[in-house]
Amino acid sequence: MTDYNSTEMMTVTAARALKNDDVCFVGIGMPSAACNLARLTHAPDITLIYESGTIGTKPDVLPLSIGDGELCETAMNTVPVTEMFRYWLQGGKISVGFLGAAQLDKFGNINTTVIGDYDNPKVRLPGGGGAPEIATSCGEIFLVMKQSKRGFVEKIDFVTSLGYGKGGDDRASYGVTTKGPSRLITDLCIMEPHPADRHFIVTSIHPGVSRDDIIAATGWQVEFADKVAETPVPSAHELQVLRDLHARTNAAHEGQ
Amino acid sequence: MVAQFMSLKDAIATCVQDGDTVAMEGFTHLIPHAAGHEIIRQKKRDLTLIRMTPDMIYDQLIGAGCAKKLVFSWGGNPGVGSLHRLRDAIENSWPRALEIEEHSHAAMANAYDAGAAGLPCAVFKGYRGAELPRVNPNIKFIECPFTGERLAAVPAIRPDVAVVHAQKANRKGDILFEGIVGVQKEAVLAARKSIITVEEIVDDFNDVPFNAVMLPNWAVTAVVHVPGGAHPSYAQGYYKRDNAFYKAWDNIAKDRDSFNNWLDQHVFNGGPKDFEAPLKAQHSKAEA
Repeated sequence: MTDYNSTEMMTVTAARALKNDDVCFVGIGMPSAACNLARLTHAPDITLIYESGTIGTKPDVLPLSIGDGELCETAMNTVPVTEMFRYWLQGGKISVGFLGAAQLDKFGNINTTVIGDYDNPKVRLPGGGGAPEIATSCGEIFLVMKQSKRGFVEKIDFVTSLGYGKGGDDRASYGVTTKGPSRLITDLCIMEPHPADRHFIVTSIHPGVSRDDIIAATGWQVEFADKVAETPVPSAHELQVLRDLHARTNAAHEGQ
Repeated sequence: MVAQFMSLKDAIATCVQDGDTVAMEGFTHLIPHAAGHEIIRQKKRDLTLIRMTPDMIYDQLIGAGCAKKLVFSWGGNPGVGSLHRLRDAIENSWPRALEIEEHSHAAMANAYDAGAAGLPCAVFKGYRGAELPRVNPNIKFIECPFTGERLAAVPAIRPDVAVVHAQKANRKGDILFEGIVGVQKEAVLAARKSIITVEEIVDDFNDVPFNAVMLPNWAVTAVVHVPGGAHPSYAQGYYKRDNAFYKAWDNIAKDRDSFNNWLDQHVFNGGPKDFEAPLKAQHSKAEA
């Protein structure tokens, strides 16, 4: 068996969620690694879009920001940011949005704004950026985030971006017609929304992880599906491509 | 009136007044850092700073005490972490209290577009189910008069001054932008006055594609030749983003003293000439 760590397991599992014909709006950080791993392995024709306006980008190293020159140089086309948000995102041309979060609840609502009170925050986070509209305008949303009791909470401090709201049909009550967060990939498992109530249910557990590990790293009452799968391990090829990508990226970012 | 060629010092002194609303744009790319330093050197005060991604440039202006208000949609150091000076201002009112007006990227992009288009507000499908409308009174909802669909509305952005960086100006003062063009054109057209710093002044633009992103000289107030003026951001075709310095900034800005030392050394005792050899500057600054 190949050796891998839990972050690699998460990234590879997230990458496998993407299809070759997806048009994907890529969030920075973990989503960016997963999306480019998908492009470099099973989904060579995937269209990756970053909010800086780069459409169909194929970066050789992961960008540190969403607007590194590499993204523009390797893109099919670069459009103004106004056009990106108006025509491509709001216009409904993007099939998947891939997002991370600082805080998440069981309905996939995301907080990237503040910990504590908005006017008197304990921690001021960067804010929403593109996420509030990515979350509602893309066909569906994949979330990727490391599990912890601090991050996976019963009630988030601020709803930066909508998931399923209060659950059930609540999402639609805001006039949102897109599917919402259909998959949550963590370093321990995969969760998917309950078909009616929309709270996340564990549907696949990564090898070597126990149910108790997941419960211990989750701030809400964890529910497991009737049939829980075991997530397939990363292949040697996927791990090699991912490690090469990170090695190239580190060399490029440090060597300037 | 057509664009005037000016020194950076004169352009900032002429166009930026205390209390102004200033939009310094550039989406990761072409961020007008040299102009930001000049605003700090001239000790402009009580500015309302508008920018989608406040980034290092506004971390510097806020830490230096130039701003009373920030209008923004994502305030971090991309891929690195927090903007420590911005957080210190919001969390501890240092060096002064900072009022914030927070939006999403879609709202800001639409608001610039509305400003350039001469509209009073921008209307878009936004903020659905999001909490920002609770804390930002400048986010409202209206009903489409034709379909009844509920839409978000935000005021158009109409800055007193827009400051942006571009690759080239010609000798008449027309401007050419290439690469990630962000919202710069919209910001300039939405503003009463504009300052464009450029990498290079050329006799003509040669073989420019028919649909290139350009601004004619009569749509611009001041053109300033500042080679390297976007560093540590980048200028496509000239120099790369200095990602190592963005990482180094985390330590410089973390602490008030080290930030002030950096300001003294690189801003108050510096000038636009320091930006001229960006690669050289990248190394010395990253080591500082």
